[in-house]
Amino acid sequence: MSDAVVRVRDLHYGFGSRAIFAGVDLEAHRGRVTAVMGPSGTGKTTLLRLITGQVAPASGSVEVFGQEVTRLDTAGIYALRKRMGMLFQNGALLTDLSVFENVAFPVREHARLPEPVLRQLVLTKLHAVGLRGAADLMPPELSGGMARRVALARAIVMDPELLIYDEPFVGLDPVSMGVVVRLIRALNDALGITSIVVSHDVRELASIAHHSYLLSGGKVVAHGTPAELDASPLPVVRQFMSGEADGPVPFHYPAPDYHADLLGGRPRT
Amino acid sequence: MKPQRSLEIGTGLFVLLGFAALVFLTTQLPGSGMRVGAEQGYRVLAKFDNVGDLKPGAPVSMSGVRVGRVEAIRFDPTDYRAEVTLRIERQYDRIPDDSDASIQTQGLLGGKYVGIGAGGSETFLADGGRIDFTQSAIVLESLVNKFFANFADKGGAKAAPEQEEKTP
Amino acid sequence: MIAETLSRVGRVGLFLVRVLRQAPAALARPRAVVHQVYNAGARSLVIIMLSGLFVGMVLGLQGFDLLQRFGSEDALGIAAALGLLKELGPVVTALLFAGRAGTSLTSEIGLMRATDQLTAMEIMAVDPLRKVVAPRFLGGVIAMPLLVAVFNVVGLFGAQLIGVQVMGVDPGAFWSQMQGAVELDDVNEGIVKSLCFGVACSLVAVYEGYHAAPTAEGVGLATTRTVVISSVLTLLIDYILTAAFLGR
Repeated sequence: MSDAVVRVRDLHYGFGSRAIFAGVDLEAHRGRVTAVMGPSGTGKTTLLRLITGQVAPASGSVEVFGQEVTRLDTAGIYALRKRMGMLFQNGALLTDLSVFENVAFPVREHARLPEPVLRQLVLTKLHAVGLRGAADLMPPELSGGMARRVALARAIVMDPELLIYDEPFVGLDPVSMGVVVRLIRALNDALGITSIVVSHDVRELASIAHHSYLLSGGKVVAHGTPAELDASPLPVVRQFMSGEADGPVPFHYPAPDYHADLLGGRPRT
Repeated sequence: MKPQRSLEIGTGLFVLLGFAALVFLTTQLPGSGMRVGAEQGYRVLAKFDNVGDLKPGAPVSMSGVRVGRVEAIRFDPTDYRAEVTLRIERQYDRIPDDSDASIQTQGLLGGKYVGIGAGGSETFLADGGRIDFTQSAIVLESLVNKFFANFADKGGAKAAPEQEEKTP
Repeated sequence: MIAETLSRVGRVGLFLVRVLRQAPAALARPRAVVHQVYNAGARSLVIIMLSGLFVGMVLGLQGFDLLQRFGSEDALGIAAALGLLKELGPVVTALLFAGRAGTSLTSEIGLMRATDQLTAMEIMAVDPLRKVVAPRFLGGVIAMPLLVAVFNVVGLFGAQLIGVQVMGVDPGAFWSQMQGAVELDDVNEGIVKSLCFGVACSLVAVYEGYHAAPTAEGVGLATTRTVVISSVLTLLIDYILTAAFLGR
């Protein structure tokens, strides 16, 4: 398994006393789309923050491009991040810059390109996401789907080796969703980028992911190709894949007995 | 690039205005040098033994009405007196040339000003004219010293021994 | 409680060190700093000038009324100049700055935090302290003394307007007494104060914005905290500096 771009081993992490991860193992391979699925609140976004070195784990190892993230200093982490791109849930475009300047931003920060070369580069990337015509718009003028595509153009402008998507499908209409789904796979195939997609949209993921991980209760409960997960007999997987309301992931938040509670046998605290 | 341009101009104006204000505060408030516009009128010179803390810009008044202001104060090394240039407004052109000038104090603690008492001459002061009769500033400390000196001479030594020691 | 306050002061201090470390890099690309001088300074100019005028006019009225009782209304220039230079100019400007520029700094940075813009920069290997925080901090620090100077000049004009034009104080006496009594040290005291207030108010504003909870409510809370902390801090620093200057 030498082609693992990201390798997470026995990861533990928690907020205060609440444990979010209790021994997570996960790998993302070069040139593949790896999906991380799980119900809301399982810390999928936190996993991305750990991979990008924004937070440090309580224990365990996070290796990216063969480097142990937990042992890197700030400069090392920044050097590592220059090789990755990330797409945020809401795009996270810089609101005081135009679409063009948003995409140009990382280039201007990290490289001194002559203006015509920069312009060509930025327009190429915007063309790839189909928004070359929107170059002069400001972020507030964009729809949610467009903002996300601009953010995608920005994420790939430095030609990263690893692209991370945080909930790329949330809040999109079906057309925009289809566009983003196709873009993720197209970018992956055309540029040979390693992709990690965090989401809970099972169907969309199934169409693009090479390998899926299902997180629940701070652990990886199942992983495999979408087909393998679909065929899994595990109740947790079954519930998640087919979207049943109740199951191993309970519908009810832990509560005292319903009848006792209704009959007022006990004062609320 | 248009909005960037106007932003830069706005910032430039602001910084310029701020520095102009700073320069004004540091150079014009402390010390002398303030000129409130171009002064109109004619100059009259007067020599005093002691001007106290009279400042350029202080008013010059006759009978309590301001007729001009002090333009400059310099020390004349030939006769060891202070030469004060008074700028009198042009409309007050009938000040007798034997008038006297004295340095007086506004209120108990107020600043000094030059008071002119009219003389009886039929000829009037003109530009470059001189006031020969002057009375110097009353310096409060020397007045106090003089008072205590007199007091001690009259046998009050036992009443104010401390003050006497301080008297030179 | 005491430990909490201490650790908070410590965190803000460390934050200042981190921001200052990014300051040279931010100054190397001065366009962003210029932009922030505009935001913090030029856009506060109207409110500063208006307030300065009124504060000066009130000084003219109150000073005249007070000095008249001692027959020294000609000393109005001194009273107005010293009052503005040493106290009212820096303090009132800092309080207005906290309300006008400070809140806008906090909410702007807080919103960037809430919409992941700061995180996005970090992921793009761009330090938001250098790109976002340092220029805003420097812009505030540069703008404050300039605003104070403008406030003082307009305030003097206001005091002069009331004292000389309305109350009939002699303009020559007004200016000459002022020039006789005001020392360069008095002007410097005001400049030192305005610099300290500039650092304090700008630091509080960027700190609160940077550490705002990433929600609409969090940004609102941070904005309120900016005003409260900046104002109290300004008055506290003012007392310490005044005591220090008088003690020399």
